[in-house]
Amino acid sequence: MKFIEEFCDKKIAEKLIDEISKISIPQIKIMEVCGTHTVSVFRYGIRNLLPEHIKLISGPGCPVCVTPNTDIDFAIALSRQKDVILATFGDMMKVPGSTSSLQKEKAEGKDVRIIYSPLEAINIAKANPKKRVIFFAIGFETTSPTIASTIIRAKEDGIENLFFINSQKRIPPAICALIQSKDIMINGFLLPGHVSTIIGSDPYQFISNEFLLPAVITGFEPLDVLQGIWMLIKMIREERPAIEIQYKRAVRKEGNPLAIKKIKEVFKEDDSTWRGLGLIPDSGYCFREEYKRFDARNIDIEVEPSKENPQCVCGKVLKGIITPLECTLFRKACHPENPIGPCMVSIEGACHTYFKYY
Amino acid sequence: MKEDKILLAHGSGGRLSHELLEKFFLSFFKNPILEPLDDGAKIPDIAGGLAFSTDSYVVNPIFFPGGDIGKLAVFGTVNDLSMMGAIPSFLSLALIIEEGFPLEYLKKIIFSIKEASEEAKVKIATGDTKVVEHGGADGIFITTSGIGLIRPGVDLSGSNAKPGDKIIINGFIGDHEIAVLSEREGFKFQELIKSDCAPLNNLVDKILQKCPNIHCMRDPTRGGLATTLNEIANKSDVGIIIEEEKIPIRESVKGICELLGLDPLYLANEGKLIAFCPPEEAENVLKIMREDPLGKESTIIGTVIEENKKRVILKTLIGGSRILDMLTGMQFPRIC
Repeated sequence: MKFIEEFCDKKIAEKLIDEISKISIPQIKIMEVCGTHTVSVFRYGIRNLLPEHIKLISGPGCPVCVTPNTDIDFAIALSRQKDVILATFGDMMKVPGSTSSLQKEKAEGKDVRIIYSPLEAINIAKANPKKRVIFFAIGFETTSPTIASTIIRAKEDGIENLFFINSQKRIPPAICALIQSKDIMINGFLLPGHVSTIIGSDPYQFISNEFLLPAVITGFEPLDVLQGIWMLIKMIREERPAIEIQYKRAVRKEGNPLAIKKIKEVFKEDDSTWRGLGLIPDSGYCFREEYKRFDARNIDIEVEPSKENPQCVCGKVLKGIITPLECTLFRKACHPENPIGPCMVSIEGACHTYFKYY
Repeated sequence: MKEDKILLAHGSGGRLSHELLEKFFLSFFKNPILEPLDDGAKIPDIAGGLAFSTDSYVVNPIFFPGGDIGKLAVFGTVNDLSMMGAIPSFLSLALIIEEGFPLEYLKKIIFSIKEASEEAKVKIATGDTKVVEHGGADGIFITTSGIGLIRPGVDLSGSNAKPGDKIIINGFIGDHEIAVLSEREGFKFQELIKSDCAPLNNLVDKILQKCPNIHCMRDPTRGGLATTLNEIANKSDVGIIIEEEKIPIRESVKGICELLGLDPLYLANEGKLIAFCPPEEAENVLKIMREDPLGKESTIIGTVIEENKKRVILKTLIGGSRILDMLTGMQFPRIC
């Protein structure tokens, strides 16, 4: 098993599409919550293989895209401080804040560094003991265990010059907020495979129990996505709300207990603000008392008042209310070289995906 | 030379400059065109159409699995000339070196340029070295320009692709960018991916001998296969259909791309070419290519069509189709 080619088999794909087309249902809307699913759907041309009555809607599952301007402005303000090294994942570099971006600050000579693993921040902190190293910690539950482990390690190693802008998000409360907002009628969800590898399927039970909607935890290869859609459509047809796991080779019902333990060791659940979705109860994390000294928000600096381009509709795109094609800036003022909203920056942002593949 | 690092004086034109020239350059690149050391090279008696190309190399890191900046600087320009249907013959070599650059590295690079130019059968005809103060450059930058005689009767151009043409690639894509990236970022993967950095003039020679009426050849370097195909679709005002399952990509490169969220179709190559070949000749050309060490995995990956002008359509692995666009922004800087 190489776990890539086997999941791109044309014959099995044809069979799945055939099965999907045979199920008789009225017009339905399925939300793929995760940006990686959106990419997969477009990259493999899945949309034009599906029957017309099945509409796929892209959801808010891109951590770069949902990071609010206030957090980006805060990171920019910190990067402008003397003797500060700001470390971040690559995609955050280009995201426009209110008046600047980390990329622009880097070009101005600020020390902004791209890292691939939060653990690299520890090495940077050790190598620069006289500077404050600040890691811009964005991500969903997939990334949180690594961020938590980094903080635990930093504490063990007695590192005092490393701080974290905690902008992490939790997926289940956002799904709850989406359903409750009633902005859009969704008949079922494709749930993110990677997030679920960590949290398992239990945290999604409210979707079927309270809202009577079906959902399938789905992997990212084309056959995963097709099988996920097939399972979901069967449940919709049978009016059988449940949370099922398609991505069984990676996801267990209880998730990954060790990873969950790491998150809980460092963080508690807390309200968090999402771009487009606003403040969502318990949708983020805050530091537990014993780790509070790592919180970059304790650093007292002045941050510019936050503002967004009024024409940018990333918020509505993130909620699935409109597609990027309906945005007046799309492909005109806003493109990957000059992104106006974050959904055009991230390789998993809906606008970027539409730009690249549509 | 007692110093073990490049000093500003090495670029001053004085004694150290001359010492550097004698010991490093002349001893490696002995040839009658270079040796007079005049202000320029005299190229004797060239008759016919010339191709002329230039490129600068700033790759970081300068040594990477499968190659180094020196090799890249020779093969890059050799390949650009080859894609014009020319036989590369002379190169100029200009180096910008940062003060403090280890002489040992310089020697390694010059030796590598020597080997590469011998392999590609080109002569270094003229050159220049400048040294800038510490911080004025990052280690070493190299510029090579090259000339080559265009084969009579051959007319290759990005605007020559014709509907019906078969598109052939000579092997696995993406190796170069992954090799440079892994070395730079310190990624340790199970399998060491080496750059595909290689001179394509021999292979081109065989192809054009077999089929002088190839319409277009390109080496998909920066921006990768997807970007090069788009350039040709645009210039030739044609559509292109590519079959994803036919594109040769190493399992390991696929895996790394999955892991890092990269698309192999946009990864840079340094030893790949795509040839747009009249359909009736395609099988013969393919056969010739597969016999060459640089073409063992050659495959027909697509066809030029009348419709969908200026667009590249990808038939996906599972039978869907989508537009394959140019690279927007950049995947990674300083890969060549």
